[in-house]
Amino acid sequence: MSVDQDTVRRIAKLSRIAIKEEQVEPMTGELNGILAWVEQLREVNTDGVPPLTSVVEAKLSMREDVITDGGIPKDVTRNAPETEDGFFVVPKVME
Amino acid sequence: MSQLTDMTLAQMRDGLRAKTFSAHDLAEAHLTEMEASRILNAFLVETGDKALAMARESDKHLEAGTARPLEGIPLGIKDLFCVKDVPTTAGSHILEGFSPPYESTVTQNLWHDGAVCLGKLNMDEFAMGSSNETSYFGPVKNPWRRAGSNQDLVPGGSSGGSAAAVAAKLVPGATGTDTGGSIRQPAAVTGIVGVKPTYGRCSRWGVVAFASSLDQAGPLARTVQDCAIMLKSMAGHDPKDSTSLKVDVPDFEAAMTGDVKGLRIGVPKEYRVDNMPEEIDALWQQGIEWLKAAGAEIVDVTLPHTKYALPAYYIVAPAEASSNLARYDGVRYGLREAGTDITELYENSRAAGFGHEVQRRVMIGTYVLSAGYYDAYYLQAQKVRTLIKRDFDEAWATCDAILTPTTPGPAFAIGEKADDPLEMYLNDIFTVTANMSGLPAISIPGGVTKDGLPLGLQLIGKALDEETLFRVGGVIEEAAQFTAQPDVWWR
Repeated sequence: MSVDQDTVRRIAKLSRIAIKEEQVEPMTGELNGILAWVEQLREVNTDGVPPLTSVVEAKLSMREDVITDGGIPKDVTRNAPETEDGFFVVPKVME
Repeated sequence: MSQLTDMTLAQMRDGLRAKTFSAHDLAEAHLTEMEASRILNAFLVETGDKALAMARESDKHLEAGTARPLEGIPLGIKDLFCVKDVPTTAGSHILEGFSPPYESTVTQNLWHDGAVCLGKLNMDEFAMGSSNETSYFGPVKNPWRRAGSNQDLVPGGSSGGSAAAVAAKLVPGATGTDTGGSIRQPAAVTGIVGVKPTYGRCSRWGVVAFASSLDQAGPLARTVQDCAIMLKSMAGHDPKDSTSLKVDVPDFEAAMTGDVKGLRIGVPKEYRVDNMPEEIDALWQQGIEWLKAAGAEIVDVTLPHTKYALPAYYIVAPAEASSNLARYDGVRYGLREAGTDITELYENSRAAGFGHEVQRRVMIGTYVLSAGYYDAYYLQAQKVRTLIKRDFDEAWATCDAILTPTTPGPAFAIGEKADDPLEMYLNDIFTVTANMSGLPAISIPGGVTKDGLPLGLQLIGKALDEETLFRVGGVIEEAAQFTAQPDVWWR
């Protein structure tokens, strides 16, 4: 499978990465190079093979459903580029 | 003070306890080396004041006879680990200025055991790279150069700053992370030891995530014993990482008995790849001879799905990365570029904040996970992973550990492979299988090329059997007598 330039624009959109028009063609070439190379996986017969979900047999451990953290709005927002009264600030989302 | 920095971590530990020198002396000696060696670009953040304060604390413990396992040992930390209130960037512009309000479990474990923090080490952006050239903060230079050459070489990656700092003796040990070979490959091309433990041995909590089912923290140091000492402190169950294993941490140092008599070492024919440089093959043969001479039994094993590990990795890792890196949105932390609406703010922030390799991988990952392609790519890759793991499971019926080269070649020049992503990816061809199967592996310096550049041998072990790796690794180290040192040109 290979991707065309429209697909690359769509992937960029889904990835939330602004892509300049002049970057589309080289990126298409790079992605197709990688996709052509991973194509060899198709020759592997995986009939009846389950996908690997855990590399070491282990049960996911359960913990008590209790609050263990919180009340630290200053810490949560201290690295944000823009905040106001303990909230993150973003451009207007709704009219 | 240069003799202080020449010592191994174990010698430092003994010298501190014998009060031959203080933790403060040791920290100062390393800070001097660090400051004099900035041309290597190994450190992104130097934490000199923190180091001296921690060293003074260690000296109190040493004085009071309450020394902890790593008391007073100065360490470098890969910039993927969050250290509280110390800038953590993961080598990325998008995290520039980020200062975590929390501590990663692995570093917390190290400080709890008395280690001293010297600073944060350069790396490929988000650990995506095999040469440290994708760092937003510039490439790290390998302390090693080809004989008679002034050309700068890469230190491998992604833990390139860690490897260079250890090889140049700016630190006796450093933390690294290994998603496809990012500890072992740089260790090999800088002539040091690196260990990727079993997946789940070390907590991933507080480590900037790349590919969560593959990422694993481990040590880089100049000897096998030093790595054993570090790993003992780094490892352990952590309730904050659901994939961290609830198992006891063995005394890895005690596992180094020097005796491999009767141990069965597997040699997989699939690792003899096309165009393998003769020097790599020769080193591999040498490793086999060393272990034979030490009384180990060499057995041929077959790992038929080896060739599919790297392409499968380049589906699984970007897929998980595209999901993990969704958090960098210009809202909660890091770089923000203006946009007319929220979507444009995301798009502009991520376009400006991510480097080219990261963008490419996020896009590959997004594509293989997108509707209609998930089964063909991601699911197939995860099934191939099961087959790779089964290959190893079958091999363990006839052997106790597997010996291979660590890399397909020595360190290369900065810029030499930067234009071709696939050629760069091939650096991890021998290391990536251990990540895909979750198995532990170690790289030990084995010898040098005719140009005088170091090469490594890799041992892959059974799940949770790092002890055998340390045991066999110690024997290889003893046999190899790797005493070569880079000429000091960087200070």
